[in-house]
Parts: sequence; structure tokens; C-alpha cells
Amino acid sequence: MTQLPDGRFVDDAPYDPDAALQELERKDLDAPNWVLIWRKFKTHKLGLISGAFLLICYLLLPVVGFIAPYGPNQRMSEHLYSPPQSINFFHEGEFLGPFIYPMTSEADLETFQWVFEPDYNTPLKLDFFCEAKGYNIAGLIPSNTHLFCAPEGATVFLWGSDRLGRDIFSRILYGAQLSLTVGLIGISVSFVLGIFFGSVAGYFGGRIDWVINRVIEVLRSLPELPLWLALSAAVPSNWSPVAVFFIISVILGILDWPGLARSVRAKFLSLREEEYVRAAEMMGASSGRVIRKHLIPNFMSHLIASATLSIPAMILGETALSFLGLGLRAPAVSWGVMLNDAQNLASIEIYPWTAIPMLPIVVIVLAFNFLGDGLRDSLDPYQQ
Amino acid sequence: MAPLLSVKNLSIGFGKDDAVVRDVSFDVAAGETLALVGESGSGKTITCRAALRILPKAAQIRSGSIHLQRADGPVDLVTLGERQMRDLRGNQVAMIFQEPMRSLSPLHRIGNQVCEVLWLHGRKSEAEAKKEVLSCFERVGFPDPERTYSSYPFELSGGMRQRAMIAMAMVAKPKLLIADEPTTALDVTTQAQVLGLMKELQRDTGMAMILVTHDLGVVANMAEKVVVMNKGRVMESGAAEPLLSDPAHPYTRALIQAAPQIPAAATPKPAPPREDLILEMTGVSKTYSMRAGKGWKAPSLIYACRGIDLRLPRGKTLAIVGESGSGKTTAARIALGAEPPDPGGAVLFRPRPDAEPIQVHNMDRAARTAFQRDAQMVFQDPYSSLSPRMRIQDTMTEPLEIHGIGNRAERRERAGEMLNLVGLGQDMLKRYPHAFSGGQRQRLSIARALMLDPSLIVCDEPTSALDVSVQEQILRLLENIRDQHQLSYLFISHDLAVVARIADEVAVMRRGLVVEQASPETLFHNPQHPYTKALIAAQPEPDIHRPINLKLVAQGAGSPENWPEQFRFSGIEAPPLVPLEPGHKVRCHV
Repeated sequence: MTQLPDGRFVDDAPYDPDAALQELERKDLDAPNWVLIWRKFKTHKLGLISGAFLLICYLLLPVVGFIAPYGPNQRMSEHLYSPPQSINFFHEGEFLGPFIYPMTSEADLETFQWVFEPDYNTPLKLDFFCEAKGYNIAGLIPSNTHLFCAPEGATVFLWGSDRLGRDIFSRILYGAQLSLTVGLIGISVSFVLGIFFGSVAGYFGGRIDWVINRVIEVLRSLPELPLWLALSAAVPSNWSPVAVFFIISVILGILDWPGLARSVRAKFLSLREEEYVRAAEMMGASSGRVIRKHLIPNFMSHLIASATLSIPAMILGETALSFLGLGLRAPAVSWGVMLNDAQNLASIEIYPWTAIPMLPIVVIVLAFNFLGDGLRDSLDPYQQ
Repeated sequence: MAPLLSVKNLSIGFGKDDAVVRDVSFDVAAGETLALVGESGSGKTITCRAALRILPKAAQIRSGSIHLQRADGPVDLVTLGERQMRDLRGNQVAMIFQEPMRSLSPLHRIGNQVCEVLWLHGRKSEAEAKKEVLSCFERVGFPDPERTYSSYPFELSGGMRQRAMIAMAMVAKPKLLIADEPTTALDVTTQAQVLGLMKELQRDTGMAMILVTHDLGVVANMAEKVVVMNKGRVMESGAAEPLLSDPAHPYTRALIQAAPQIPAAATPKPAPPREDLILEMTGVSKTYSMRAGKGWKAPSLIYACRGIDLRLPRGKTLAIVGESGSGKTTAARIALGAEPPDPGGAVLFRPRPDAEPIQVHNMDRAARTAFQRDAQMVFQDPYSSLSPRMRIQDTMTEPLEIHGIGNRAERRERAGEMLNLVGLGQDMLKRYPHAFSGGQRQRLSIARALMLDPSLIVCDEPTSALDVSVQEQILRLLENIRDQHQLSYLFISHDLAVVARIADEVAVMRRGLVVEQASPETLFHNPQHPYTKALIAAQPEPDIHRPINLKLVAQGAGSPENWPEQFRFSGIEAPPLVPLEPGHKVRCHV
């Protein structure tokens, strides 16, 4: 700083008036959108962890047969309602490696219940990469190698067994295959319908908009649960489990699209006012082109976030239907079907582990909510 | 005597980044006005927000002190406790924000919002507070204070809201008023009146004022001391008079040069003969009907523009000037065929000198496609005119793709050429728009308009969202391109001084009507209409010896029912537009 005779202060650092033109103003933003979104998403720790967790879950779906020690419908008729067994490492102060104590069952003649007692004298080591019940990897490649299985003469029920003597842990893993994909199929149906009706309503406005809005309102005013019930009751009972599963996810999707269509419409209305859209229209771009090139890319990210947030609703929907016995039916395995067994208050009281399938539902739904939340926060990376 | 507010070596930064305000020092004495001048991003707003400690969460004051002189000695606002700080805010130091539309709560009556200051600082009973607020309302120029007291913000215009904000800031009689771009969002005539009011209030109450602005014209009219900031550093600071008349720092010089100025009066040129018209609008009107809230009432009609006759010769620039709501944008949209005029109006467009004129509103598909190639538009907001999800290259080649011109390589080559033409490097093609500044984006949007090699470009306030120095560069660029490519511009603006520089003919609009039309030389040398006179008078200039003539402004900018007899409108009846001399038309009774 120099002071002039009249009391003014002047900065003496060199100054180049033309420097600004070629220079990027926001160097930190000089990257494609997905990089910017990723950078911001990385700072949302909870969302990041949830995303990684869900990714692992979905990657494991094709190979659950390898992790599960038993098949989904494999019965151990000697071990009905067996309590959870723990895997131990030390036997009487001595390191043995992973082993279990076999269960001994005995009928209590006063209560007429089976009483299970672990036999603490004979530790039996777990087998690894052993051969047991056959399964198909990704439903295609037959295999019978398992990560671990029970030693001869014992069982390994990590989370207990149910009323038919099936391993709950294995069934939860197999159930994930259906329970997790029902959301994906449902959301794709709802996505397509929602984008189509929402963008038609938002872009063309007027009478079409009015009609679509009223349809959405009518759909939203229908009570959800009875409608599900009615629709799934209409599914013929002689269909195969896979067909039932598919139709259930489509039903969930058909009932979910109004919410998505509304947010698409709102986004369309606001994007239509953006000047780049008006510029494209004035250049002579057709409506299809404007929607495809300008509108959809600009709100796709919002849609993905809102879709992520509505997958939990689908998972819960499937669970609710199956719990009531109107969704998937045995022999298909899903978390809802498993909870169907836990409907009886008395059985939960005596065999609390039959309610364990609630646990993965809570965890997955939470993870989707965190992930969706994180995505939503990081979608507009260039607005500061 | 110690200054009222003394800022010493203030540095502020966000997170771990470099400081955005570096080593800023200045003093404000009681009763004095200090102007903080700079472009957007220069750190001027952050600096004055630091004085009230209302910085964004991520910002920290890294060093320096801000001392406020109080009756019991100076206090350092940087280290003062939060409770004491609350006592200061509104009471000793008040602030006026930039957006009058957003700084009042829409759910509360104006009177209650203004009274809140008095209640918060626990000085008044309710009746007393109301009395004080009413007298304050009268002071800031509300014609009916009682009514204003019980009205909601949405019932007031932008200028009136800003007056309410000023009343809110003034009612507790603060010692220091910080005004953050108080007039930027207002029309030029309203701006002049609000500035006049602030100056008068300051004279009466003897408070000090910090005025944050980017407009050196405003500075020249208001301030005794000036601090010029650029990129968080003080470039030059000192008394206003020498600084404005003989700037010492090159940045200050550049700013003063860039400020649009009303040209010195020149002899009016006779209008050039107009044979080769590229665009001709005859009798264009547009009426919107607004559905009445009650079903049984007839819809009310809104006359967006009425009886507009405009002729744009090839290679020339026709400017439409007016305040917001005057119908200038509607006229431009009709000219581009984006909206049909009322029956009876016609827009003729001649793409080539020898071609048959086409009716813009009566075209078949092929003619429309051809028209869309020949007429392009440059938009107002550089931040919303480029799609954030497309690379610059895709944005630039899009017009060619729509019209199916050239193959990929040719399109890309043309995009590169156009970028060079607007002064940007070809390496920008691969980038996304969010890294660019407003001025760069506006250049990109000009380049996009040029991609199809049009003959007519409609510029809808292309510089109003930009800083003054950037505005100057963009105007120069537009002029160069026009001369090189024989383009014709229809230039929409609210700023008469901007238009003076680029236009060959100017039409001044008010309430949907052209009130005066002439070449800029004639218009500035010999304005006839009171509204034109008000616009010229209200234009702040960086010349300390040319204060705004508030009387002229108040008369011309007021309601058209109060204009002199000769020019007066009655209801929607207006005098006819009559030629006074060749090429100079005024709406008056002769």
C-alpha cells in the first residue's frame, strides 16, 4: 500500500486487466457432473457406508447358496424350533479353531416341548469348503460347495431353526434374493410409468395435465393395503412362485408411480422456465428432443434419488403382503414369508428367534434411506 | 475524534481455502458515507456482513479487528459475546439487504415487522412503538402510513418494499447503517428516488452509512469515501472526489471507463433512409386475459403491449428500453414468433435484401425452420441459459444438429471457430459450463446464437446480470460481431446508458406503449417526453459533479395520469405517437 499526497491508499501489487477472460472462475468445478456428485457424496459418510453395504448385499445375491450352510427348504426333522447356536473358538481354555457344541434334544413330558441343551463335552469343528446340499450359482451353474457346514452328527443353526426344522440363517440369505429384487423390479415399473405420465403432464400442460393429475389423485386416494390385497387375491393360486413374485412386484410398481409422476411433473414445470430450454425451443428443437436432451438429463439425478427413497416402501410392501399370506407363497422364500411364521404371539414368546427376519428388513430399509438422503444432498454439486 | 467504525487488517476465509477477504482496513466517521465498490466475488458483502457477524457458517474471521465506537468506549465486534452482539444488531448497527422481494416475511404485516425492532430492544410500549413506526413511514415517503402499517409485503411494489426495509432499519435510530446493494434490484427511476431518500435521512439523523455497490454512478452520488475492492483486496481507498476524478489504480480506472455513460449532447443526425428493413412490426398488440378470482366476473384484460410499430433496418440496432413490466420482452417474443400478436398486428421478416418478406406468424413448417435459422436470441441470465449437464461442445453444436447441418467434424470445427470469435479458447469445448464466470457464459451464449449464421439477433437484456466491467466487454463484443457479420440486433434493456452506446434507434416504452422513439443522439440531446427525461436524469454516473435531479425523476417516473397535460394518459386512453421532427416521435397531444 502506498499513500498518495491527498490521503488515498493505493495497492501496489501488479494488476493485469485482461487476465480474467481465459481463466476459469471456478477451477474446483471444472469436471464432469458425475465427478462433482461423487466428490460431494464422499463427504456424506453415512450414505457412503450404506451405499457400500447395499452394493455388497446385491453382489452377494447370486452366491448366497455358497454362504448358506443349508438349502432354503432343507428340513432337519429332529431339530424343530432349535435355538441359535454360537460358534466358539476356545474349549476349556484351549484354542481349537471355530467349532460348535452339538445340541441334544429331549422331550419335556410336562410341557410337551422339546428342550435343547448344548453338549459342552464334545466340541465339533466346523467343516470349510465342504460339500453339502446342491444349489445353483445365479440360478444357472450347479454347485454343491459351501463356505462352511455342520460337522457329522451336529447342526449349525446360527439363528435357530423354525417350526419345520429349517435353518433360519440360510433362509434369510435365500429370502434376500426375492426381498431385495422385488424393490428393483417394482421401482423400474414405477419409474417408467412415472417418467412417462409426469413428463407428458409437465411438458404439454393444459387438458392432458388436468386429466393425469386427477388420475393421480384418484389412485392416491385408494386405501393402499386393501387394494394390494384385492390385486394379489386376483393372482391365480396355481401360478408358479416365480410368476407370483413377478406379478407382485409389478403390482407394487403400478401403485407407486403417482408419487414419482408428481415429482417429475413439478421438476418439468420448473425446468421448462430455464433459459436453455427456451433457447432450444427457439432454435426449432422438437418437443421430443427437448425432453430427451435437456429435461431428462437434468432431472434424472433427482429421480434416482427419489427412486432410492421409495425402494424401502416396496420392500416393506412385499413384506406386508407376504406376512398377511397374500404375497409370495411357500415354497418361495422371502423375509415376509418367514415372518408369516412369526404371526403367532405364543410362538414368538417361546421361540423369539423366529422373528429374526425383521432384522435384515430394518437394516436394508435404513441403508436405502441413508443412501437416498446422501444422493439427494449431493445432486446439485455446482450450486455451491 | 475516533471513527465510529474502524476495520483493521480484516481477513476472512472459508474452510481451509485461501482467504476471500485479505487485509482490509477502513474507517467510517459518524455522519459519513463510505462506499465499498467491487464486482461480484470481490468480498465486499462478506466484509460488511462481518461487521454484524452474520457470516455464513463455514466462514471464519482469520485476523483483524472491527471496532465500534460506543458511548462507553470502543468494542471489538470480532470478539464480542453473542448476547451483546444481539443488542447491537438493529439497535446500533442496522442493515438493508439487496432483495426487497425476499427480505420481508410474506406472512406478517409490514407494520408488525418494522415494530419488531423496537419490541426486541425493549424500549417501547406497543402504542408508542406504533406511533414511532407511523412517523417513520411518513418520513420514508409512504403516502398513507396507516394503510401501509396494516398491509402485507405482496401488496407493495419493489420500490415501496425497499422503503419499508429502510424504515425498518431506521426506526431504531441506529448509528450505522449498512446497505448491501440496496437499489440493484430496482428500476433506474426507483433507484434514484430510493438513493435520494437515503441521503436525506442520513442528513437528518446524522448516522454513518456503509454502502455496498458495484455501480460507480451510485457511489458518485452518495459517498464521501470510497474503498475499491477486487478479489478480496483493497485496490484503492480514499476520499471520493479525487478517487473518481483522478483514479490512481488501473483497476479503478478500468471500472470508471466501463461505467456506461450518457453521451455528451451531439447534433441530432437525420434518420437514415430506411428501405432495406429486416424486421417490420406494424400495429402489434398483445392482450392477456386473466381469469378473475370470482367465477361470475368477466376476465380482466392486461394490455402487455399496444399498437407497436417498429422498423429495424438491416445491419442496425433497434433498442427497446423500459422498466420491468413495460412490455418490452413481450414485444421481442412476438418479433421472434414465440407468441402470436392480437389480430390486426403483423410482423414481417426479410431474411435477405432481395427476398420476399415472410409473415412471422403465418408460416408453414419449412418457412418456420428457415426463420429459426435466421433469427436467434441471446438471453438475460447467463447462469440458466446453458444446460449444466451438457459439455460446451454439445451445447454449441446443438443448433446445427437440430437443423441437420454438416457432419460431426464440421460442426465441431465451426464451434471452435465461434469460440475464437467471441474471444474464448478452443480448449473450453470439452468443459462443462459450471466452471465459467458469468461473462464467459454470456460469451458462450452469444457464440451459440451465432452458430447458425443468423441475420437477426434478439438480445434480451444480455448485460443486466453482469458486472459493469464485464458488461463493457460484452457490449464491445456485440458491436464488433455486428459490424463483421452484418447482423441486425433487436436489443432489449432497462438501462438507457447501455443502449446509448450500441443502438441506432431507441424506443422508450411505458405501460405497453412506445412513448418516445428517436436515435440516441436526438433522445439524449432533445428528450421531449417526461418519462424519457426521468430515465436520463435518474441514470447515475461516475461523475461527482452531476448529481441526480430528483425532481425530474419524480415527475416522469410517477403515474402517467400525473404527467403534464400534453402527455397525460387517462385510464388506458393515451395520446397518439406523433412525429415531432424527422426520426423523432413522441406520444403527446400536439
